[in-house]
Amino acid sequence: MERTTIDLWFGAFVAAGFAALLVLALKVGNLGAERAAKTYNVEVRFDNIGGLKVRGPVRASGVLVGRVADIHFDNQRFQASVKLAMDARYEFPKDSGAAILTSGLLGETYVGIEAGGDEKKLAEGDRIQITQSAVVLEKLIGQFLFSKAQEDAPASAPAGASAKK
Amino acid sequence: MRWTWASRPRRRPRVFRKLRRPLERLGHNFIEGIWGIGVMARFFGLVLASSGTSFSRFRLVMREVYFTGVLSLIIIIVSGLFIGMVLGLQGYQTLQRYGATESIGVLVALSLVRELGPVVSAILFAARAGSAITAEIGLMKTTEQLTAMDMMAVSPMARVVAPRFWAGVISMPILALLFSAMGVFGGYLVGVVLIGVDNGAFWSQMQAAVDFRYDVLNGVVKAFVFGIAVSVIATFQGYDAPPTAEGVSRATTRTVVTSALVILALDLVLTAFMLRDDG
Repeated sequence: MERTTIDLWFGAFVAAGFAALLVLALKVGNLGAERAAKTYNVEVRFDNIGGLKVRGPVRASGVLVGRVADIHFDNQRFQASVKLAMDARYEFPKDSGAAILTSGLLGETYVGIEAGGDEKKLAEGDRIQITQSAVVLEKLIGQFLFSKAQEDAPASAPAGASAKK
Repeated sequence: MRWTWASRPRRRPRVFRKLRRPLERLGHNFIEGIWGIGVMARFFGLVLASSGTSFSRFRLVMREVYFTGVLSLIIIIVSGLFIGMVLGLQGYQTLQRYGATESIGVLVALSLVRELGPVVSAILFAARAGSAITAEIGLMKTTEQLTAMDMMAVSPMARVVAPRFWAGVISMPILALLFSAMGVFGGYLVGVVLIGVDNGAFWSQMQAAVDFRYDVLNGVVKAFVFGIAVSVIATFQGYDAPPTAEGVSRATTRTVVTSALVILALDLVLTAFMLRDDG
């Protein structure tokens, strides 16, 4: 085998490897436009974050507007403190609300932002005051069963009991 | 008669005599195995110590990359394509039941990038290139070319073994990346072109699920480690082969078998290290 031919093949081989890495990074992976965007950090406190994960999405009207940057437990208030890295292209009023939502019944957990009516905008380091915790399915079912049982109880009791109510 | 230690039966029961041979062989094999690991570790150190030439005369490595890497391209690309297509078809069958056929891209990409890409291409590489390296070095030893080099004050370690080792280490990640990329393309062909999953959902769900650092780069790290393992095993088996036709053939077989087992075992260890708990 001629030297130059081997050089050519070696070059093509390495180039193909880099091309594959590039394809996997940009087309398959998430190294696309996401990294470049500038962000500002906003803090939110929740009673319960459910299944929220770091790097989980933050959505407003279903559009991705940021990522969850950090989650930790606030030991003074006994609440979860979540730091959101919001995309700088999107601004929200200061009195916007944040809720822990789930896409679909089994889908991923995300932070939903509900825009408020304030003139001032959220800025770096602000805290979103109006929050809504994750819906715990077990609690919900428990409440449902409880109310169902309460409904049924008077019906089986003597007629006077239900009339009193 | 009272049983005393002195009056114990002198002949051991037959079971013991029958068991002795297999037990001896088992112990022998075990000690041989441990000894082999030690020798291989020393060999690995020796290869690293004598790789200076490989980098000062990089053309040696390039020539070996051509023989091990470039000539493995066809089998890697074709198998990657087929495995991606099979994953697409099989994944579709199951995902269809839950109405989540768009996730087919996620399934194909994650299983390829994390596991199948590095592992399958490493096993193919061991079979395609590792066996060739073993046979080549083994035959060089059998025909006393290595001894001849030694006589001419050319270190066979530096001239023959180290370039082949580094060629394997360089080729393996590239081959694994190509395998994964071709597999994703195969999944795309089956999922989007053949079955008709939505093109946008296919790619966007994939991009949302595959993380560059945790999935793609960890796959490259795996492939790199497998490359080192396969190259050490292949060169060692060749260097260690008894200088007979049978010895070389056995060493070639052993390269493929040992490599496959070591790859799978290493994969388990690496996966356990790389898994993260925050999903």
